Amino acid sequence: MTDIFQYFLNGLSQGSIYALVALGYTMVYGVIRLINFAHGEFFMIGAFTGLFCLEAGFSLLLTFPIAMIVSGATAVLVEKIVYRPIRKTGNIPSLITALGASLFFQYSGQSLLGARPRAFPQVFRSESLDFKFFSLTSLQLVLFSMCFILMLGLWLFVRYTKIGKAMRATSFNREAAELMGINTDNIISLTFFIGASLAGAAGVLIGMYYNSIDPLMGVLPGLKAFTAAVLGGIGIIPGAMLGGFILGISENLVTGLLSSSYRDAVAFFILILLLLIRPNGILGKQRKEKV
Amino acid sequence: MAYFSSLLAQFGIFVILATSLNLINGLTGMFCLGHAGLWAIGAYVGSAFSVFVWPSLQIDFPLLQLACSCVVAMIASGAVAFIVGVACLRLKGDYLAIATLGLGEIVKVLLTNWELVGGPRGFTGIPPISSAAVILPVAFLCLVLLLNVRYSSFGRALMSIREDELASNSLGISTTKMKIVVFVLGSSLAGLAGPLYAHEQQFLHPENFNFMASVLILLQVILGGMGSFTGSVLGVLFLLILPEVLKSLGPEIAQWRMVLYSLLLIVLMLLRPQGILGKKELGGTW
Repeated sequence: MTDIFQYFLNGLSQGSIYALVALGYTMVYGVIRLINFAHGEFFMIGAFTGLFCLEAGFSLLLTFPIAMIVSGATAVLVEKIVYRPIRKTGNIPSLITALGASLFFQYSGQSLLGARPRAFPQVFRSESLDFKFFSLTSLQLVLFSMCFILMLGLWLFVRYTKIGKAMRATSFNREAAELMGINTDNIISLTFFIGASLAGAAGVLIGMYYNSIDPLMGVLPGLKAFTAAVLGGIGIIPGAMLGGFILGISENLVTGLLSSSYRDAVAFFILILLLLIRPNGILGKQRKEKV
Repeated sequence: MAYFSSLLAQFGIFVILATSLNLINGLTGMFCLGHAGLWAIGAYVGSAFSVFVWPSLQIDFPLLQLACSCVVAMIASGAVAFIVGVACLRLKGDYLAIATLGLGEIVKVLLTNWELVGGPRGFTGIPPISSAAVILPVAFLCLVLLLNVRYSSFGRALMSIREDELASNSLGISTTKMKIVVFVLGSSLAGLAGPLYAHEQQFLHPENFNFMASVLILLQVILGGMGSFTGSVLGVLFLLILPEVLKSLGPEIAQWRMVLYSLLLIVLMLLRPQGILGKKELGGTW
């Protein structure tokens, strides 16, 4: 029983990483209905920016904002140069372009930085905190609270600021939002920026957590975060958080109770099951098809 | 020469994969991202049959061995596709994409954990009974079959599902049945490519069939034009030759070839999103 509780806690800290990455997927999907396959690569870019900052001797407090800005800025560039011109041609071309952008970052990462994993500097001395029924590392605590702060900040931003309102309007109905005087192009760029900077922060956190990063590190977490976004109901911000936590917890439960080698499969298995029962995700609303 | 024939074999394999994916994706409009998983099922099951079952039959006739392993592979991939299809095909668009993506990943993880066929070390010792000389005719037959499907009433029904599923349903086409048939047919063709590939390479590894492999097949389809089978052949040709040409330009460029290749892809999408041929076929109707 205590074991299960322990897996649950580990899952919660890992799930918060998935949730952070999933937020970017869900926000972008919410405004332009695009599965941004390159999103996992923004996560990777954040991790490497973090690595370089820490190697240059910057403090952790400075590293986070820099990593977030760099991956956010990259995302805005990609959006402006690549996604914007292709947006009008339809769904499939945009999806292919996103795959192309993802491949571009993976392989230029490999060519520039080498394919071998790099050690992430241990900036944070992690101590194990033992409680009666479970134990936590202080790193897990930092990870979880960091994710919580970022998510709370995002939620407050989207909910209570004028720009947040404009974002919600754009995702609800872009044309109507435009008629209300909202510059939707800027809102879309901003959405990319916020989503990718959250992923960048997640990249630094993952580097601290696993102490190893490589240019292809974004692929699998990216796919899993995307499934987390779908799990919660894509386009819905609280859904992405919920999906991320569910995924992280169930992965850790399976790792602990069955075998770690089935971990990756179980994430997708749960997703397929859920899609069959509730195709629009846990928090998604059923849409009626109109003729 | 060996290099050239292995390139030809690869060409044939990807023609089968791309055209069969085009049947699902381009002609019927079901966005599938797990084609490599179905290919992997075919490759592993077919090779397992050929390595573990065939020797006990004591028939020394390599071509028959290959044929039998292909049939077994097609049945296996088709059966999996049927089960998945019945469950998943009521999903649409992005959701179908993510469900099939999940299927591909699950297959990969299960293969990594299947010790009998080598698990994470890969499957070795597959007899070398397949070559370009077998693969290319099969690929050609596959292309002819799919072109015939396209110009049959069945194919027209599929295109109507792509254009508007609700409308085609109201015109009396059993869209669910059609979609399952197409998914099973396309998947068993992907399964057919499995043993042909395995017996040529003599080695299989679960990582050969990862998400990127599915993406590569999808890109070939899209480059050539969704819904154009001859276009898929061009797409395969383009995506196979391009890296080789870049490789021949020198090690400096070879290091960056995958980067250039992804950039070319983006540029092509920006300039001609419908692919090389669009929905047309080379040579018109026949």
